[in-house]
Amino acid sequence: MIRVVLPGHLRALARAGAEVQLHVDGPVTQRSVLDALEAQYPMLRGTIRDHVTQERRPFLRFFACEEDYSLEPPDTPLPEAVASGKEPLLIIGAIAGG
Amino acid sequence: MSKVRVLVGTRKGAFVLTSDGKREKWDVSGPHFAGWEMYHLKGSPVDPNRIYASQTSGWFGQIIQRSDDGGKTWTQPGTPPGEQTGPGAMPKGESNKFVYDTSAESGKPLTTHQFYDGKQHPWEFKRVWHLEPSVTDADTVYAGVEDAALFRSTDGGKNWKELSGLRGHGTGPRWQPGAGGMCLHTIILDRSDPNRIYIAISAAGAFRTDDGGKTWRPINKGLYSQYIPEPTAEVGHCVHHVAMHPSRPDVLFMQKHWDVMRSDNAGDSWKEVSGNLPTDFGFVIDVHAHEPETIYVVPIKSDGEHFPLDGKLRVYRSKSGGNEWEALTKGLPQNNCYVNVLRDAMAVDSLDKCGVYFGTTGGQVYGSANAGDSWSAIVEHLPAVLSVEVQTLA
Repeated sequence: MIRVVLPGHLRALARAGAEVQLHVDGPVTQRSVLDALEAQYPMLRGTIRDHVTQERRPFLRFFACEEDYSLEPPDTPLPEAVASGKEPLLIIGAIAGG
Repeated sequence: MSKVRVLVGTRKGAFVLTSDGKREKWDVSGPHFAGWEMYHLKGSPVDPNRIYASQTSGWFGQIIQRSDDGGKTWTQPGTPPGEQTGPGAMPKGESNKFVYDTSAESGKPLTTHQFYDGKQHPWEFKRVWHLEPSVTDADTVYAGVEDAALFRSTDGGKNWKELSGLRGHGTGPRWQPGAGGMCLHTIILDRSDPNRIYIAISAAGAFRTDDGGKTWRPINKGLYSQYIPEPTAEVGHCVHHVAMHPSRPDVLFMQKHWDVMRSDNAGDSWKEVSGNLPTDFGFVIDVHAHEPETIYVVPIKSDGEHFPLDGKLRVYRSKSGGNEWEALTKGLPQNNCYVNVLRDAMAVDSLDKCGVYFGTTGGQVYGSANAGDSWSAIVEHLPAVLSVEVQTLA
Protein backbone atom coordinates (compact mmCIF):
# COMPACT_ATOMS: atom_id res chain seq x y z
CA MET A 1 0.00 0.00 0.00
CA ILE A 2 1.11 3.53 -0.77
CA ARG A 3 1.15 5.91 2.18
CA VAL A 4 0.26 9.60 1.74
CA VAL A 5 0.41 12.28 4.43
CA LEU A 6 -2.11 15.08 3.91
CA PRO A 7 -2.00 18.66 5.22
CA GLY A 8 -4.41 19.41 8.04
CA HIS A 9 -7.11 21.19 6.05
CA LEU A 10 -7.31 18.37 3.52
CA ARG A 11 -7.56 15.77 6.29
CA ALA A 12 -10.60 17.63 7.58
CA LEU A 13 -12.08 17.90 4.12
CA ALA A 14 -11.57 14.20 3.41
CA ARG A 15 -12.58 13.22 6.95
CA ALA A 16 -9.38 11.19 7.04
CA GLY A 17 -6.49 10.76 9.44
CA ALA A 18 -3.05 12.25 9.01
CA GLU A 19 -1.95 9.40 6.80
CA VAL A 20 -4.04 7.59 4.20
CA GLN A 21 -3.22 4.34 2.47
CA LEU A 22 -3.86 3.74 -1.20
CA HIS A 23 -3.66 0.89 -3.66
CA VAL A 24 -1.95 1.89 -6.90
CA ASP A 25 -1.91 -0.25 -10.01
CA GLY A 26 1.19 -0.03 -12.18
CA PRO A 27 4.08 2.39 -11.80
CA VAL A 28 4.02 4.50 -8.65
CA THR A 29 4.27 8.11 -9.80
CA GLN A 30 2.92 11.46 -8.66
CA ARG A 31 0.13 11.12 -11.17
CA SER A 32 -0.86 7.56 -10.30
CA VAL A 33 -0.77 8.27 -6.57
CA LEU A 34 -2.87 11.42 -6.92
CA ASP A 35 -5.30 9.62 -9.23
CA ALA A 36 -5.74 6.92 -6.58
CA LEU A 37 -6.04 9.50 -3.82
CA GLU A 38 -8.78 11.41 -5.67
CA ALA A 39 -10.61 8.19 -6.52
CA GLN A 40 -10.69 7.19 -2.86
CA TYR A 41 -11.36 10.72 -1.61
CA PRO A 42 -13.26 12.46 -4.41
CA MET A 43 -13.77 15.57 -2.31
CA LEU A 44 -10.07 16.28 -2.82
CA ARG A 45 -10.44 16.75 -6.58
CA GLY A 46 -9.21 20.21 -7.47
CA THR A 47 -7.58 20.85 -4.10
CA ILE A 48 -4.12 19.44 -4.92
CA ARG A 49 -4.14 19.65 -8.70
CA ASP A 50 -5.97 22.21 -10.78
CA HIS A 51 -9.23 20.82 -12.14
CA VAL A 52 -8.47 21.72 -15.72
CA THR A 53 -4.71 21.74 -16.16
CA GLN A 54 -4.02 18.95 -13.62
CA GLU A 55 -0.99 20.98 -12.52
CA ARG A 56 0.07 21.07 -8.87
CA ARG A 57 -1.48 23.99 -7.05
CA PRO A 58 1.24 26.59 -6.48
CA PHE A 59 1.20 26.57 -2.68
CA LEU A 60 1.59 22.80 -2.38
CA ARG A 61 4.77 20.73 -2.52
CA PHE A 62 5.49 16.98 -2.70
CA PHE A 63 8.25 15.49 -0.55
CA ALA A 64 9.44 11.91 -0.03
CA CYS A 65 12.52 10.38 1.55
CA GLU A 66 13.73 13.87 2.49
CA GLU A 67 13.75 14.94 -1.15
CA ASP A 68 11.59 17.50 -2.99
CA TYR A 69 9.70 15.93 -5.91
CA SER A 70 7.49 18.94 -6.58
CA LEU A 71 9.18 19.91 -9.81
CA GLU A 72 9.57 16.39 -11.17
CA PRO A 73 7.39 15.46 -14.17
CA PRO A 74 4.19 13.78 -12.92
CA ASP A 75 4.98 10.46 -14.56
CA THR A 76 8.47 10.12 -13.06
CA PRO A 77 8.58 7.06 -10.76
CA LEU A 78 8.63 7.92 -7.07
CA PRO A 79 11.34 6.30 -4.90
CA GLU A 80 11.15 2.58 -4.24
CA ALA A 81 10.68 3.31 -0.54
CA VAL A 82 7.40 5.08 -1.41
CA ALA A 83 6.35 2.34 -3.83
CA SER A 84 6.96 -0.30 -1.18
CA GLY A 85 5.13 1.62 1.51
CA LYS A 86 8.22 2.01 3.66
CA GLU A 87 8.10 5.81 3.34
CA PRO A 88 5.10 8.11 2.79
CA LEU A 89 4.61 10.74 0.09
CA LEU A 90 4.23 14.02 1.95
CA ILE A 91 1.86 16.67 0.57
CA ILE A 92 2.89 19.90 2.24
CA GLY A 93 1.21 23.30 2.24
CA ALA A 94 3.52 26.29 1.88
CA ILE A 95 4.18 28.16 5.11
CA ALA A 96 2.85 31.47 3.85
CA GLY A 97 0.62 33.60 5.99
CA GLY A 98 -1.92 31.91 8.15
CA MET B 1 -42.75 31.35 17.11
CA SER B 2 -40.47 32.85 14.51
CA LYS B 3 -36.76 32.22 14.57
CA VAL B 4 -33.82 33.98 13.02
CA ARG B 5 -30.70 32.33 11.68
CA VAL B 6 -27.69 34.50 10.87
CA LEU B 7 -25.06 32.97 8.59
CA VAL B 8 -21.63 34.49 9.11
CA GLY B 9 -18.66 33.89 6.83
CA THR B 10 -15.23 34.79 8.20
CA ARG B 11 -11.57 34.56 7.24
CA LYS B 12 -11.21 31.42 9.35
CA GLY B 13 -14.51 29.60 9.25
CA ALA B 14 -18.28 29.96 9.30
CA PHE B 15 -20.56 30.61 12.24
CA VAL B 16 -24.31 30.17 12.57
CA LEU B 17 -26.14 32.40 15.05
CA THR B 18 -29.72 31.55 16.00
CA SER B 19 -32.33 33.25 18.12
CA ASP B 20 -36.06 33.36 18.64
CA GLY B 21 -38.15 36.24 17.34
CA LYS B 22 -37.22 38.45 20.26
CA ARG B 23 -33.60 38.39 19.08
CA GLU B 24 -32.25 38.93 22.57
CA LYS B 25 -30.46 35.63 23.32
CA TRP B 26 -28.34 33.95 20.70
CA ASP B 27 -26.84 30.50 20.23
CA VAL B 28 -23.56 30.43 18.34
CA SER B 29 -22.36 27.36 16.46
CA GLY B 30 -19.01 27.10 14.76
CA PRO B 31 -16.46 27.44 13.53
CA HIS B 32 -17.64 25.33 10.63
CA PHE B 33 -14.83 24.60 8.16
CA ALA B 34 -12.33 25.98 10.66
CA GLY B 35 -9.32 27.62 9.13
CA TRP B 36 -10.86 28.12 5.68
CA GLU B 37 -11.97 31.43 4.22
CA MET B 38 -15.76 31.33 4.11
CA TYR B 39 -16.62 34.03 1.64
CA HIS B 40 -20.38 33.62 1.66
CA LEU B 41 -23.23 31.46 2.94
CA LYS B 42 -26.82 31.89 1.88
CA GLY B 43 -30.03 29.95 2.40
CA SER B 44 -32.60 29.09 -0.23
CA PRO B 45 -35.81 31.15 -0.08
CA VAL B 46 -37.62 28.02 -1.27
CA ASP B 47 -36.22 25.62 1.33
CA PRO B 48 -34.67 27.34 4.36
CA ASN B 49 -32.88 24.14 5.34
CA ARG B 50 -30.93 24.32 2.11
CA ILE B 51 -27.84 26.50 2.59
CA TYR B 52 -25.01 26.96 0.14
CA ALA B 53 -21.52 27.96 1.26
CA SER B 54 -18.35 29.09 -0.49
CA GLN B 55 -15.26 27.63 1.18
CA THR B 56 -11.97 28.86 -0.25
CA SER B 57 -8.25 28.71 0.32
CA GLY B 58 -5.20 30.14 -1.37
CA TRP B 59 -3.61 26.73 -0.89
CA PHE B 60 -6.40 24.34 -1.80
CA GLY B 61 -8.72 26.30 -4.07
CA GLN B 62 -12.50 26.48 -4.15
CA ILE B 63 -14.95 24.15 -2.41
CA ILE B 64 -18.74 24.39 -2.52
CA GLN B 65 -20.53 23.07 0.55
CA ARG B 66 -24.24 22.47 0.97
CA SER B 67 -26.39 21.83 3.99
CA ASP B 68 -29.85 20.29 3.78
CA ASP B 69 -30.60 20.57 7.49
CA GLY B 70 -30.18 24.23 8.22
CA GLY B 71 -26.44 24.19 8.77
CA LYS B 72 -26.13 21.25 11.17
CA THR B 73 -24.34 19.02 8.66
CA TRP B 74 -22.63 19.75 5.36
CA THR B 75 -21.60 17.88 2.24
CA GLN B 76 -19.91 18.74 -1.00
CA PRO B 77 -22.68 18.34 -3.58
CA GLY B 78 -22.18 15.12 -5.50
CA THR B 79 -19.79 13.73 -2.94
CA PRO B 80 -21.58 12.28 0.08
CA PRO B 81 -19.18 11.83 3.00
CA GLY B 82 -17.46 8.47 3.01
CA GLU B 83 -18.74 7.51 -0.41
CA GLN B 84 -15.99 6.35 -2.70
CA THR B 85 -15.76 6.06 -6.42
CA GLY B 86 -14.82 2.76 -7.94
CA PRO B 87 -13.20 1.88 -11.24
CA GLY B 88 -15.29 3.29 -14.05
CA ALA B 89 -17.59 5.14 -11.67
CA MET B 90 -18.82 8.57 -12.57
CA PRO B 91 -16.41 11.22 -11.38
CA LYS B 92 -17.34 12.95 -8.15
CA GLY B 93 -15.97 15.88 -6.26
CA GLU B 94 -16.98 18.06 -9.17
CA SER B 95 -18.86 20.65 -7.15
CA ASN B 96 -15.78 22.84 -6.90
CA LYS B 97 -15.14 22.83 -10.63
CA PHE B 98 -15.57 26.28 -12.15
CA VAL B 99 -14.35 26.35 -15.72
CA TYR B 100 -14.76 29.40 -17.93
CA ASP B 101 -16.74 28.77 -21.08
CA THR B 102 -14.51 28.78 -24.14
CA SER B 103 -16.91 26.90 -26.38
CA ALA B 104 -17.63 28.01 -29.90
CA GLU B 105 -21.38 28.12 -29.15
CA SER B 106 -20.92 30.98 -26.69
CA GLY B 107 -19.94 33.21 -29.58
CA LYS B 108 -17.00 35.26 -28.37
CA PRO B 109 -15.23 33.47 -25.52
CA LEU B 110 -13.02 36.01 -23.80
CA THR B 111 -9.48 35.34 -22.74
CA THR B 112 -8.28 38.65 -21.33
CA HIS B 113 -9.32 41.60 -19.21
CA GLN B 114 -7.43 44.70 -18.14
CA PHE B 115 -4.94 44.17 -15.30
CA TYR B 116 -3.82 46.69 -12.65
CA ASP B 117 -1.00 47.84 -14.91
CA GLY B 118 -3.30 48.43 -17.88
CA LYS B 119 -2.09 45.40 -19.81
CA GLN B 120 -4.42 42.66 -20.92
CA HIS B 121 -4.41 39.64 -18.60
CA PRO B 122 -5.92 36.18 -18.96
CA TRP B 123 -9.03 35.27 -16.99
CA GLU B 124 -8.03 33.06 -14.04
CA PHE B 125 -10.54 31.51 -11.65
CA LYS B 126 -9.73 32.27 -8.02
CA ARG B 127 -12.80 31.92 -5.79
CA VAL B 128 -16.54 32.27 -5.37
CA TRP B 129 -17.47 35.56 -3.71
CA HIS B 130 -21.24 35.28 -3.65
CA LEU B 131 -23.84 32.53 -3.88
CA GLU B 132 -27.42 33.50 -4.75
CA PRO B 133 -30.00 30.71 -4.47
CA SER B 134 -32.94 30.85 -6.87
CA VAL B 135 -36.22 32.25 -5.57
CA THR B 136 -38.17 29.40 -7.18
CA ASP B 137 -36.02 26.26 -7.15
CA ALA B 138 -33.85 25.07 -4.26
CA ASP B 139 -31.52 23.20 -6.62
CA THR B 140 -30.74 26.26 -8.71
CA VAL B 141 -28.08 28.63 -7.43
CA TYR B 142 -25.91 31.34 -8.99
CA ALA B 143 -22.26 31.96 -8.16
CA GLY B 144 -20.38 35.21 -8.65
CA VAL B 145 -16.69 34.51 -8.99
CA GLU B 146 -13.25 36.12 -9.24
CA ASP B 147 -12.04 36.68 -11.97
CA ALA B 148 -15.44 38.13 -12.69
CA ALA B 149 -17.98 35.78 -14.20
CA LEU B 150 -21.39 34.38 -13.38
CA PHE B 151 -21.99 30.64 -13.03
CA ARG B 152 -25.21 28.71 -12.45
CA SER B 153 -25.92 25.26 -11.07
CA THR B 154 -29.29 23.58 -11.56
CA ASP B 155 -28.47 20.40 -9.66
CA GLY B 156 -27.91 21.63 -6.15
CA GLY B 157 -24.37 22.90 -6.63
CA LYS B 158 -22.89 19.75 -8.14
CA ASN B 159 -22.18 21.03 -11.64
CA TRP B 160 -21.57 24.64 -12.63
CA LYS B 161 -21.93 26.28 -16.02
CA GLU B 162 -20.88 29.79 -16.88
CA LEU B 163 -23.45 32.25 -18.22
CA SER B 164 -20.86 33.39 -20.70
CA GLY B 165 -22.97 36.06 -22.35
CA LEU B 166 -21.90 38.36 -19.52
CA ARG B 167 -18.15 38.11 -20.17
CA GLY B 168 -18.74 37.94 -23.89
CA HIS B 169 -21.03 40.91 -24.40
CA GLY B 170 -18.17 43.17 -25.46
CA THR B 171 -16.89 45.30 -22.58
CA GLY B 172 -14.90 42.55 -20.84
CA PRO B 173 -11.44 43.68 -22.03
CA ARG B 174 -12.08 47.00 -20.21
CA TRP B 175 -12.91 45.41 -16.85
CA GLN B 176 -10.16 45.61 -14.28
CA PRO B 177 -9.59 44.37 -10.74
CA GLY B 178 -10.24 46.52 -7.70
CA ALA B 179 -8.11 46.24 -4.59
CA GLY B 180 -9.92 43.03 -3.63
CA GLY B 181 -9.54 41.45 -7.03
CA MET B 182 -11.81 41.43 -10.05
CA CYS B 183 -14.84 39.97 -8.36
CA LEU B 184 -18.48 39.54 -9.26
CA HIS B 185 -19.87 40.20 -5.80
CA THR B 186 -23.54 41.10 -6.21
CA ILE B 187 -26.32 39.00 -7.74
CA ILE B 188 -29.92 40.22 -7.47
CA LEU B 189 -32.80 38.10 -8.74
CA ASP B 190 -36.11 39.72 -9.61
CA ARG B 191 -38.96 37.74 -8.03
CA SER B 192 -41.47 39.27 -10.44
CA ASP B 193 -39.48 38.53 -13.59
CA PRO B 194 -37.39 35.34 -13.70
CA ASN B 195 -35.59 36.59 -16.79
CA ARG B 196 -34.18 39.68 -15.08
CA ILE B 197 -30.92 39.49 -13.11
CA TYR B 198 -28.71 42.31 -11.88
CA ILE B 199 -25.02 41.76 -11.12
CA ALA B 200 -22.16 44.01 -10.11
CA ILE B 201 -18.41 43.73 -10.55
CA SER B 202 -15.43 45.55 -9.04
CA ALA B 203 -14.15 47.30 -11.05
CA ALA B 204 -16.44 47.12 -14.03
CA GLY B 205 -19.84 48.27 -12.84
CA ALA B 206 -23.41 47.00 -12.81
CA PHE B 207 -24.99 44.87 -15.53
CA ARG B 208 -28.47 43.58 -16.29
CA THR B 209 -29.96 40.73 -18.27
CA ASP B 210 -33.61 40.61 -19.31
CA ASP B 211 -33.47 37.19 -20.94
CA GLY B 212 -32.35 34.89 -18.16
CA GLY B 213 -28.65 35.47 -18.59
CA LYS B 214 -28.17 35.02 -22.32
CA THR B 215 -27.45 38.66 -23.11
CA TRP B 216 -26.25 41.46 -20.85
CA ARG B 217 -25.66 45.17 -20.96
CA PRO B 218 -23.90 47.65 -18.69
CA ILE B 219 -26.21 49.84 -16.57
CA ASN B 220 -23.84 52.54 -15.37
CA LYS B 221 -25.25 55.75 -16.86
CA GLY B 222 -25.06 58.50 -14.27
CA LEU B 223 -22.13 57.03 -12.35
CA TYR B 224 -19.18 59.39 -12.03
CA SER B 225 -15.82 57.94 -10.97
CA GLN B 226 -13.04 60.47 -10.91
CA TYR B 227 -10.41 57.77 -10.35
CA ILE B 228 -10.77 56.37 -13.88
CA PRO B 229 -9.57 58.06 -17.06
CA GLU B 230 -13.09 58.70 -18.34
CA PRO B 231 -15.21 59.38 -15.24
CA THR B 232 -18.50 58.67 -17.00
CA ALA B 233 -17.31 55.61 -18.91
CA GLU B 234 -19.71 52.83 -19.81
CA VAL B 235 -17.67 50.39 -17.66
CA GLY B 236 -14.77 50.58 -15.22
CA HIS B 237 -16.64 51.83 -12.14
CA CYS B 238 -15.85 50.24 -8.80
CA VAL B 239 -19.33 49.33 -7.64
CA HIS B 240 -19.11 47.95 -4.11
CA HIS B 241 -22.64 46.66 -3.59
CA VAL B 242 -26.19 46.99 -4.88
CA ALA B 243 -29.45 46.37 -3.01
CA MET B 244 -33.09 46.08 -4.03
CA HIS B 245 -36.37 45.67 -2.19
CA PRO B 246 -38.25 42.66 -3.62
CA SER B 247 -41.49 44.64 -3.95
CA ARG B 248 -39.88 47.29 -6.18
CA PRO B 249 -37.55 45.54 -8.60
CA ASP B 250 -36.96 48.67 -10.67
CA VAL B 251 -35.53 50.61 -7.73
CA LEU B 252 -31.87 49.94 -6.98
CA PHE B 253 -29.55 51.38 -4.38
CA MET B 254 -25.78 51.33 -4.87
CA GLN B 255 -22.79 51.91 -2.65
CA LYS B 256 -20.05 52.79 -5.09
CA HIS B 257 -16.37 53.16 -4.23
CA TRP B 258 -17.32 56.76 -3.51
CA ASP B 259 -20.97 57.88 -3.78
CA VAL B 260 -24.27 56.35 -2.75
CA MET B 261 -26.48 56.11 -5.82
CA ARG B 262 -30.08 55.32 -6.68
CA SER B 263 -31.87 54.17 -9.83
CA ASP B 264 -35.64 54.23 -10.35
CA ASN B 265 -35.57 52.61 -13.77
CA ALA B 266 -33.84 49.26 -13.29
CA GLY B 267 -30.40 50.74 -13.64
CA ASP B 268 -30.97 52.59 -16.91
CA SER B 269 -29.81 55.73 -15.12
CA TRP B 270 -28.49 56.62 -11.67
CA LYS B 271 -28.48 59.71 -9.49
CA GLU B 272 -26.43 60.41 -6.42
CA VAL B 273 -28.22 60.32 -3.04
CA SER B 274 -25.21 60.70 -0.73
CA GLY B 275 -26.81 63.85 0.69
CA ASN B 276 -25.60 64.67 4.19
CA LEU B 277 -23.48 61.56 4.76
CA PRO B 278 -20.21 62.49 6.50
CA THR B 279 -18.34 60.47 3.86
CA ASP B 280 -19.90 58.62 0.96
CA PHE B 281 -17.21 55.95 0.70
CA GLY B 282 -18.28 52.54 1.98
CA PHE B 283 -19.02 48.96 1.09
CA VAL B 284 -22.40 47.75 2.38
CA ILE B 285 -25.88 48.94 1.51
CA ASP B 286 -29.21 47.32 2.33
CA VAL B 287 -32.94 47.97 2.34
CA HIS B 288 -35.42 47.67 5.23
CA ALA B 289 -37.58 44.56 4.85
CA HIS B 290 -40.90 46.41 5.06
CA GLU B 291 -40.08 49.99 4.09
CA PRO B 292 -38.67 50.12 0.56
CA GLU B 293 -37.51 53.71 0.99
CA THR B 294 -35.54 52.99 4.17
CA ILE B 295 -31.94 52.15 3.43
CA TYR B 296 -28.76 51.60 5.42
CA VAL B 297 -25.06 52.25 4.80
CA VAL B 298 -21.94 52.26 6.94
CA PRO B 299 -19.77 55.22 5.87
CA ILE B 300 -16.04 54.51 5.77
CA LYS B 301 -13.49 57.33 5.91
CA SER B 302 -11.87 56.92 2.50
CA ASP B 303 -10.44 54.57 -0.09
CA GLY B 304 -7.07 54.81 1.62
CA GLU B 305 -8.37 54.53 5.19
CA HIS B 306 -10.85 51.69 5.45
CA PHE B 307 -12.29 52.47 8.86
CA PRO B 308 -15.10 54.63 10.27
CA LEU B 309 -14.66 58.38 10.39
CA ASP B 310 -13.27 59.64 13.72
CA GLY B 311 -13.15 56.11 15.13
CA LYS B 312 -16.94 56.10 15.56
CA LEU B 313 -18.85 53.13 14.18
CA ARG B 314 -22.07 54.60 12.81
CA VAL B 315 -24.75 53.07 10.64
CA TYR B 316 -26.57 55.70 8.62
CA ARG B 317 -30.25 55.28 7.81
CA SER B 318 -32.28 57.16 5.27
CA LYS B 319 -36.07 56.88 5.41
CA SER B 320 -36.43 58.84 2.20
CA GLY B 321 -34.52 56.59 -0.17
CA GLY B 322 -31.37 58.66 0.20
CA ASN B 323 -30.18 62.26 0.51
CA GLU B 324 -31.40 62.70 4.10
CA TRP B 325 -29.49 60.47 6.49
CA GLU B 326 -29.46 59.98 10.26
CA ALA B 327 -26.65 58.45 12.27
CA LEU B 328 -27.52 55.34 14.29
CA THR B 329 -25.06 55.00 17.14
CA LYS B 330 -26.84 53.56 20.17
CA GLY B 331 -24.95 50.46 21.24
CA LEU B 332 -22.13 50.90 18.73
CA PRO B 333 -18.59 51.88 19.75
CA GLN B 334 -18.12 55.64 19.50
CA ASN B 335 -14.42 55.90 20.10
CA ASN B 336 -11.27 54.11 18.97
CA CYS B 337 -13.12 51.91 16.48
CA TYR B 338 -11.11 51.22 13.34
CA VAL B 339 -12.81 48.20 11.78
CA ASN B 340 -14.26 47.89 8.30
CA VAL B 341 -17.61 46.48 7.20
CA LEU B 342 -17.18 44.55 3.96
CA ARG B 343 -19.60 44.61 1.04
CA ASP B 344 -21.56 41.41 1.77
CA ALA B 345 -21.54 41.83 5.55
CA MET B 346 -24.97 43.42 6.12
CA ALA B 347 -28.41 41.82 5.98
CA VAL B 348 -31.95 42.28 7.26
CA ASP B 349 -34.55 39.89 8.64
CA SER B 350 -38.25 40.17 7.82
CA LEU B 351 -39.66 40.20 11.33
CA ASP B 352 -41.66 43.11 12.68
CA LYS B 353 -39.70 45.20 13.64
CA CYS B 354 -37.15 44.65 10.97
CA GLY B 355 -33.84 43.26 12.23
CA VAL B 356 -30.60 44.63 10.80
CA TYR B 357 -27.25 42.85 11.14
CA PHE B 358 -23.69 43.57 10.11
CA GLY B 359 -20.25 42.11 10.73
CA THR B 360 -16.89 43.80 11.01
CA THR B 361 -13.31 42.99 10.14
CA GLY B 362 -12.72 43.12 13.90
CA GLY B 363 -14.89 40.04 14.34
CA GLN B 364 -18.00 41.59 15.82
CA VAL B 365 -21.49 40.84 14.56
CA TYR B 366 -23.91 43.56 15.58
CA GLY B 367 -27.67 43.20 15.49
CA SER B 368 -30.58 45.55 15.87
CA ALA B 369 -34.09 44.23 16.56
CA ASN B 370 -35.64 47.66 16.01
CA ALA B 371 -34.62 48.64 12.50
CA GLY B 372 -31.38 50.23 13.65
CA ASP B 373 -32.59 52.39 16.54
CA SER B 374 -30.29 50.48 18.91
CA TRP B 375 -27.62 47.83 18.49
CA SER B 376 -25.87 45.15 20.48
CA ALA B 377 -23.03 42.78 19.72
CA ILE B 378 -24.39 39.28 19.13
CA VAL B 379 -20.89 37.91 19.14
CA GLU B 380 -17.44 39.46 19.39
CA HIS B 381 -13.90 38.34 18.68
CA LEU B 382 -14.64 36.20 15.64
CA PRO B 383 -12.15 36.20 12.78
CA ALA B 384 -12.65 39.05 10.31
CA VAL B 385 -16.22 38.88 9.01
CA LEU B 386 -16.56 38.56 5.24
CA SER B 387 -20.30 38.10 4.90
CA VAL B 388 -23.55 38.15 6.84
CA GLU B 389 -26.86 36.73 5.65
CA VAL B 390 -30.10 36.25 7.56
CA GLN B 391 -32.89 33.72 7.36
CA THR B 392 -36.25 34.44 8.96
CA LEU B 393 -37.76 31.09 9.89
CA ALA B 394 -41.39 30.37 10.64
